[in-house]
Amino acid sequence: MKTTPDNSGDVRLSGISKTYGSFTAVHPLDLTVPEGSFFALLGASGCGKTTTLRMIAGLEEPTTGTVRLGDQDVTNLPPYKRPVNTVFQSYALFPHLDIFENVAFGLRRRGIKSVKKQVEDMLELVQLGEQARKRPHQLSGGQQQRVAVARALINHPRVLLLDEPLGALDLKLRRQMQLELKRIQTEVGITFVHVTHDQEEAMTMADTVAVMNGGRVEQLGSPADLYENPQSTFVANFLGTSNLIEAEVDTKNGDDIVLKAAGGKLVLPQARCSAPTTAGGRVLVGIRPEKISLTHADDAGRIPEGRNRLTGKIADASFIGVSTQYVIDSPVCDGLAVYVQNVERDGRLVPGADVVLHWSPAHTFGLDAAQRIDAGTEEEVAA
Amino acid sequence: MSTLTEAPPPLAPAAPEKKPPRRRGRFTPYWLLLPGILWLIVFFALPMVYQASTSVQQGSLEEGYKVTWHFATYWDALAEYWPQFLRSVFYAAAATVLCLLLGYPLAYLIAFRAGRWKNLIMILVIAPFFTSFLIRTLAWKTILADNGVVVHTLNSLHVLDLTDWLGWTAGDRVLATPLAVVCGLTYNFLPFMILPLYTSLERIDGRLHEAAGDLYARPWTTFRKVTFPLSMPGVVSGTLLTFIPAAGDYVNAELLGSTDTRMIGNVIQTQFLRILDYPTAAALSFILMAAILAMVTFYIRRSGTEDLV
Repeated sequence: MKTTPDNSGDVRLSGISKTYGSFTAVHPLDLTVPEGSFFALLGASGCGKTTTLRMIAGLEEPTTGTVRLGDQDVTNLPPYKRPVNTVFQSYALFPHLDIFENVAFGLRRRGIKSVKKQVEDMLELVQLGEQARKRPHQLSGGQQQRVAVARALINHPRVLLLDEPLGALDLKLRRQMQLELKRIQTEVGITFVHVTHDQEEAMTMADTVAVMNGGRVEQLGSPADLYENPQSTFVANFLGTSNLIEAEVDTKNGDDIVLKAAGGKLVLPQARCSAPTTAGGRVLVGIRPEKISLTHADDAGRIPEGRNRLTGKIADASFIGVSTQYVIDSPVCDGLAVYVQNVERDGRLVPGADVVLHWSPAHTFGLDAAQRIDAGTEEEVAA
Repeated sequence: MSTLTEAPPPLAPAAPEKKPPRRRGRFTPYWLLLPGILWLIVFFALPMVYQASTSVQQGSLEEGYKVTWHFATYWDALAEYWPQFLRSVFYAAAATVLCLLLGYPLAYLIAFRAGRWKNLIMILVIAPFFTSFLIRTLAWKTILADNGVVVHTLNSLHVLDLTDWLGWTAGDRVLATPLAVVCGLTYNFLPFMILPLYTSLERIDGRLHEAAGDLYARPWTTFRKVTFPLSMPGVVSGTLLTFIPAAGDYVNAELLGSTDTRMIGNVIQTQFLRILDYPTAAALSFILMAAILAMVTFYIRRSGTEDLV
């Protein structure tokens, strides 16, 4: 839904950084968010994503670098002069004004006299027409959240900034609002920049996701690209779950690399390896848990040739309805995760059973072994 | 094989009805209230009744006073002392406005801008309370003395010409003029304005300022449309805490004023302690109380802060 071809809704950050005393919240960062896209900044708390957003809004002054909207340099403009609006974490609705006046606030500040029609239309868009004369505290969390979106959107900003807008909602409502926000974005065609720590939320809503860690962008791409081709252990672990196995480069075979791991042999397409691969060097072999098939050791002969395989023993199995999640201890690596769809359940796959894990080499990715293998896991993020 | 059609008999004879456990906490609230209520009865309710009866008594010190339901005392008191009533309201209002003008910026500074100086400034606001009210007011006598620096400076800046013309000061003096009394009132009640203002400003979520700025409000507009309305509870309680005691005050008028600046508090004090006309003094007290109650009620209604507090 491109409306204007002049790219005035682009957000261009160049060399932008923020330091507080000796602490660097955001390292110099270049980022372009194309007009009309739904862009997510994803990361754990303290990774600099909110600071980046606040610098776009003008609520935080960058230490270095520039912020441009389209071709306009807004670095030195105060927030009230920037054509951007923010949906704040926990909404920041004005408690002394009713819903109508909250939504009309931005229009009135710009001296627009007849706001009634616009406000009513906007409240209709977020399905709150009935609540116009209530005060914010009389509404539920989800309704307040929609007021916050309406209050920002009514100003037709060139960019809408969302700072963890769904953080205060319960899971079910959050899912519903994710779809709702996505619908609104498609409808109005405004550039959305969304800050979140919830990888599922980022992947559901955004066209492009920038994964941030320690004040830097680790990787930027479409949700599918980030998920399938993580470039670092942080991205591999933070987005979903990854099994990472340390292996040694053995030989190269055409477009494939052959690796040795605990005596076994694994094949990895050269194109999917982001690490340098010299013979004898070490790489981390990554595979997503749902890509792995599980076969009982007795049937190992029936596994087709050409698949990567590991042997192991089931340590734990939990049935969660649509799939069964196994934890498997293998000689190469303990605690491998395997998710198996519950289509045909093999009754022999119970804790203690010897199994063979196998997957297509094409689903394997390779990472540089010179980084923390647990970066981005829940334990590491919490520490 | 037979099917069971009857409900099985109760297993045991009905257990003796259980007594609800004695609720030990039931009277706790009343016990907690008791000291306060006793205090109020002894030191507020009883004196009120006593004064009310005094105000409708007639007689003299020598012959003793008797309750004769002589309500005319009220009218006589009002007729004779209405200028002092008006003056009290006017002085108190002036001091309240001055307190608000001086106190609001300071409270704002403490709440939002003081950073690590916050506690120090708060202590400085409260520090005067460590000295007696009387001593502080006497100090103003020195500050505003005829040959002091303040009067000298105001004189050379020709400010006194202006205040003379307005009737706030007389001649080259500040002491013993309305200005001196209002200054004293303002000074003495300023902390009562600052503290509630600070409390309500401090409660305002800082993100509301950011949100207003984000929605195109300049800093001044943010103040007018967000900060000030949200600080209304503080403004209302601050003005009440200043106005009510200021309207009944007599120390400032006594020490810093003259016979021309007597407030109703001075009249009541004189009636009670010097002229010993107890009925008139009591009647004046009740009129003052009623007038303040009426004004405060009107004010709270008008400021419409019920749903903000």
